[in-house]
Amino acid sequence: MAKRRVAFYLMTIPALLLFFAFHTFPAIQGIYYSFTNWDGFSDSFDYVGFKNFVNIFQDENVLNSYLFTFKYAIITTILINVISLLIALGLNAKIKAKNFFRGVYFLPNILSVLIVGFIFNYLFANVFPIWGAKLGSEFLSQNILGNSDWAWIGIVIVAVWQGIAYNTILYLAGLQTIPHDLYEASNLDGASRWREFWSITFPMLASFFTINMVLAMKGGLMVFDQIVALTGGGPGRSTQSIAHLIYTGGFQGGEFAYQSANAVIYFIVIVVISALQLKFLQKREMDL
Amino acid sequence: MIKKSTNWPVTILIALGSLLILFPLYMTIAIALKNPEEMAQSIFSLPTGLHFENFSNAIKATNFFNALGNSTVITITTVVFILLTNSMVAYAIARNMKRRFFKVLYFYFISAMFIPFQIIMLPVVKVTTDLHMNNIVGIIILYVVYGLAFNVFVYTGYIRSIPYELEEAATVDGASTFGTFWKIIFPLLAPVSATIGILSCLSTWNDFMLPLILLGEDSYTLPLVQYVFQGQFSTDFNLAFASYLLALTPMLIVYLFAQKWIISGLTSGSIK
Repeated sequence: MAKRRVAFYLMTIPALLLFFAFHTFPAIQGIYYSFTNWDGFSDSFDYVGFKNFVNIFQDENVLNSYLFTFKYAIITTILINVISLLIALGLNAKIKAKNFFRGVYFLPNILSVLIVGFIFNYLFANVFPIWGAKLGSEFLSQNILGNSDWAWIGIVIVAVWQGIAYNTILYLAGLQTIPHDLYEASNLDGASRWREFWSITFPMLASFFTINMVLAMKGGLMVFDQIVALTGGGPGRSTQSIAHLIYTGGFQGGEFAYQSANAVIYFIVIVVISALQLKFLQKREMDL
Repeated sequence: MIKKSTNWPVTILIALGSLLILFPLYMTIAIALKNPEEMAQSIFSLPTGLHFENFSNAIKATNFFNALGNSTVITITTVVFILLTNSMVAYAIARNMKRRFFKVLYFYFISAMFIPFQIIMLPVVKVTTDLHMNNIVGIIILYVVYGLAFNVFVYTGYIRSIPYELEEAATVDGASTFGTFWKIIFPLLAPVSATIGILSCLSTWNDFMLPLILLGEDSYTLPLVQYVFQGQFSTDFNLAFASYLLALTPMLIVYLFAQKWIISGLTSGSIK
C-alpha cells in the first residue's frame, strides 16, 4: 500500500513544482515588483511602498482603460448570450440542413482571433463604408474604427461575431438535455410558445446560462487580441483595454513595476466579479 | 409524439444569419485571389482570374512554411503532453481526495482558472528569459503546465465517476499504480480526452499572446507572423489576405473533415 501512495505522490509532485515555478512564483514576483519602481530593464530599483497603487487611482489612462473594458465586457456579454441563445433555439427547431448550419455557426470558433480582427479591420475601412455611402448616410460611410466615440462598437461587433459560436454550441447542448415530455405536457395545457420558453426552456438552461455568462464576461474583461488587430488602443486611447495597457506600458513604456501594480488591482477586480457572478447566478439556479 | 413538418420561417432566418457568418470569409477568399486592378473595379465580385501569385508572394514574405512548422510542432506536442500528464495528475488527485495534500492541490490548481494571464505576463517573461526558456520548448512547457488549471478540474470530475472495482482487480493481479493508470484508466478517459484535446488544440494553435511575449524570429507561429508583417501588408491588401487565408487554411481543413466530431466532442464534454 505504501508503494501505491508513493506512486500517487510521484504523479503529482512534478506538476506541483512546475506549476509553482511558472504560475505562482511569477504571480508572487508581480506582487513584489508592484511595490518597487523597476522599469523592466535597469539593474537596480527601489522599494516605493504603496506609491504605485496611489498613483494608479489618479491615472486618467488607467481609469479610461477600466471604463472602456467594462463597457465593452458588459455589452458583449449581453449580446453574445442573447444572440447565441436565439441561434441555438433556431438550430434546435425542425429546420432543413441542420448539421450544415450548425457547422457554419461554429466555424468562427476555430479561427484565430487576431487574424479575424485583421480581416474585419479591412472590412471596416474599405467595405462597410461602401454600403454606408449607398445608404446615403455620412456617418455609415466612414471607418467606424477611426472615430474615437464609436470605435468600441466595431470591436464589439467583431467579438460578438466570433464569440457567439462557442456559446451557441453550449446552449444547443443544453437544449438537448431538456426532456421532450415537458413540452408535450405544456402543449396539452395549451401554453403559448412565449410562455413555454420562460417556464420551461429558460429555467432548464439555468446552469448553461451561468457558465456562458461567466465565460463571456471573463473573455470580455481580458480582451487583448481584438484590440491589437483592430485599433491598437486608438484613436487616442479610446479603446485601450486593461490588458492592452498592461502590455504596452509594461513592455514598451518602461512601467514594469507600475503596470504590475495595475495587474494586481485588475486581478482583484476579476476575482470579485467572477465570484459575484457565480454567487448571484447560482442563487438564481437554486430559486428556480 | 406529434410529427412536425419543417419549420420554414426559422430555416430562412437561420440561413440569413449564416450569411453574416460566411460573408467575411467569402471576402477573405475573394480578395486573396484578386489583383489591385480587379479590386478597383469591384471589391465584392468574384475574382475573374485566379491570382495565385498572391499566395507565393505571401509565402515568401512571411516565411510561411517555417511558421506553419512551428505552429504544428508546438500544437501537437502540447496536446500530446497535456493528455498524458494532466490526466495522470487528475487521476492521483481524484483517487486521494480524502488526503489533505491532494485536496489542497486540487483547489490550488483550479483556483488558477480565475487568474487572468495578464497578471503573471510581465514576470513570466523575466523568469523564462532567465532560464533560457523563451523558445519553442519553453512555450510548450508553459502551455502544458497552464493547462492543469482547467484540465485537472474536468478530468477529476470524470475520473470520480469511474468505479474503483476495475482498479482493485488490476491491483490484485499485481499491476503497479502507474500500470493501472495507463492500462485501465487512461483508455476509459477517451471521451473527455477528446474534448480536452480539441480545446487545447484550438487554443494553442490560435494563441497570440504567449508567442508574442516569448518567441524570437525563428520560432514565430502563424498568428504572430501576421502581426509582425502588418507593416509590409499595409499597402498590398491582396498579399495580406492571401497570407491570412494561408494561416487560416490548416485549421479550416481540419474542421472541414472533423467538424461533426469536433462539435460533438465539445458538447459531450460540456454536459458532463
